[in-house]
Amino acid sequence: MADEVLTAPLVLEYPFTRTTGPVIGAFLTGLREGVVQGVKRSDGSVMCPPLEYDPITSESLSELVPVSTLGSVQTWTWNGDPRPQQPFSQPFAWAMITLDGADTPMLHAVMVDGPHEMETGMRVEVVWRKEREGHITDIAGFVPAVASALGEPGVVPAGVEEVRSVRTPIRMEYTYSPGRALSQYLRAMKDKRILGDQCPETGQVFVPPRGVSSIAGRSTLPDLVELPDTGYIESFNITRVPIKMRPDLTPPYVSAWIVLDGASVGFMGLSMNIEPEDVRVGMRVRAVWRPDDELEMSAQNILGWEPTGEPDEVIEDYARVGRPDEEASGS
Amino acid sequence: MGTQRAAVLGVGQTKYDTTYPGSMAGMLREAATNALEMSGKSWADIDAVIMGKAPDFFEGVMMPEVYLAEALGCVGKPIMRVHTAGSVGGSTACVATSMIQSGVHETVLTIGWEKQSESNAMWALSLPQPFATSVNAGAGGYFSPIIRRYMMMTQAPELIGCMVALKDRKHALNNPYAHLHQPDLTFEQVVESPMLWDPIRYSETCPSSDGACAIVLGSEKVADAHDGPVAWIKGVAMRSESGSFGGRNMVSPAASEACANDVFAQAGIHDRRKEIDAVEMYVPFSWYEPMWLESLGFAEKGEGWRMVEEGATSIDGGDLPVNCSGGVLSSNPIGASGMIRFGEAAMQVMGLAGAHQVDGARTALGHAYGGAAQYYAMWIVGAGKD
Repeated sequence: MADEVLTAPLVLEYPFTRTTGPVIGAFLTGLREGVVQGVKRSDGSVMCPPLEYDPITSESLSELVPVSTLGSVQTWTWNGDPRPQQPFSQPFAWAMITLDGADTPMLHAVMVDGPHEMETGMRVEVVWRKEREGHITDIAGFVPAVASALGEPGVVPAGVEEVRSVRTPIRMEYTYSPGRALSQYLRAMKDKRILGDQCPETGQVFVPPRGVSSIAGRSTLPDLVELPDTGYIESFNITRVPIKMRPDLTPPYVSAWIVLDGASVGFMGLSMNIEPEDVRVGMRVRAVWRPDDELEMSAQNILGWEPTGEPDEVIEDYARVGRPDEEASGS
Repeated sequence: MGTQRAAVLGVGQTKYDTTYPGSMAGMLREAATNALEMSGKSWADIDAVIMGKAPDFFEGVMMPEVYLAEALGCVGKPIMRVHTAGSVGGSTACVATSMIQSGVHETVLTIGWEKQSESNAMWALSLPQPFATSVNAGAGGYFSPIIRRYMMMTQAPELIGCMVALKDRKHALNNPYAHLHQPDLTFEQVVESPMLWDPIRYSETCPSSDGACAIVLGSEKVADAHDGPVAWIKGVAMRSESGSFGGRNMVSPAASEACANDVFAQAGIHDRRKEIDAVEMYVPFSWYEPMWLESLGFAEKGEGWRMVEEGATSIDGGDLPVNCSGGVLSSNPIGASGMIRFGEAAMQVMGLAGAHQVDGARTALGHAYGGAAQYYAMWIVGAGKD
């Protein structure tokens, strides 16, 4: 269908770090040493896992106390379809577990054969991971406690190195959709045609099309307008130092705002076939397309913008960018 | 407009640095505790907490307001998060002020922060997008073409930006909280620093900082009862506009000028340059000082750079000292940067700015902008109630 909306997978991920602070840091240090600790509140009750600040009084907390590795399930739910990164790959229970010596529950995983083996009030015990690094996942999970289990609170050895920060990688998977207007634009790109849309009130032409005029607050669909692949550079940046995030771009390179003939606004493009020092504001350019057999439904079909050799565009007002209404509709 | 008077009772900051050694909660707690101490208030006196930070992607903490409630003493109290990109610290203070001006609350704690060491803002600002061509890398790549237009428009000498950078770094030497302390920095070093986003040199960009800034605000009744100096809020204004439309004035966006006109009118100020004693302006890239001087009406169009050249914006003899704290160019915990501007403006009229105090400052402007120069927040504070 011609107006079908395109979609593509999009993954965003980043290995964020967290500075733990003294309380969470001590808790994670304990886990690495095979000891679970809670933090004591001013009324004598113990929170495990601990918090740096009291959730009722907001007081600053600091006194860590070891608790048992045995505890009771307060409530639970069955996870029949675990996702990657979860504690177990086979189905397991998520449970709120209050360890002996603590007054608040911890959320963790209980490994049993099925929900019929779970029950509120059941006794469970910690299963430690063999390689521990000072992270909540040092507790691999919980299993039903055997009758002989003691679960004696441990002691964090003196002088061990404190955990000060943890890695918390975050990954999000999206199905990205550019929307109706951009989908049409991308389809046309495959035929080396550039589409824009027009504000129904002011006549301003936007490239790439947005489907809506931000000036009038009205839809610009369904009719898009075709523009030539020529225009001018209205201003530019020369990136001269490598940007860690963009190993594909070799400095120095020029990112320029390109205003197509007939368009009211510019978009960013790469200047090509000219030395950065020779790029000028007002310089006339045309698109450099990928070879025909490599064209896709992508703006990446335009590799960059090269000089046409025509006389420079005359810019009268350097403060304003793009063409205001009266020029756009006339050109 | 029939609003209640509001005043700043206390400003609290952390030492801005590459890495704050504690947790995010601990960092906010320290700034809030410092603000409470200056205000003479306790956690129990606070009616509500209004917080602001930059996009979640910048730190990877979703809904930080939930995680931070107990650290900020707001158990059982209203908590609200404001979000307007880089201007958020200013907008957050504006929203907190409106909570008092409207008569809803008597005493409000407002706070902004960023822990850039745990994340990468450059990554967050350069996210990939399917189907698209991305040649932009970070905020500098976006703002450098606008600065180029300003330079062409005004024919300003090409080292004006370097003068701003050196001035702000010298100012920072008098601010113990500033991130960059470079006592031996010379003009030659600023000039010889490599071009990063040409025409922006590395030395003309802001650092990546950790830090938090908190402000305690009170109603007229609370401020009158306060034992110590206060900063009366004479005007607050916010504006926004679309980031791209034909003929947009990118050098001095309409939203910036409208926001300035509003805040100066509220404060009853006619001669802006004469009546304002100190300015804390959001200048993440050096050339934005002359650009905002014009946009805010302190200089005629095309003449802002002359104020820089004449030294008018230096605390050392200038008639309109700008960024006596060292500004964003010396400390940039993004979500806090706007609030630092507002807080530092208040400290000036309270007479509590220490070694970077402008002698006899009575009226000051706090300014922030964000996004694609789309969001604006400003306040004017004064030493006197009327």
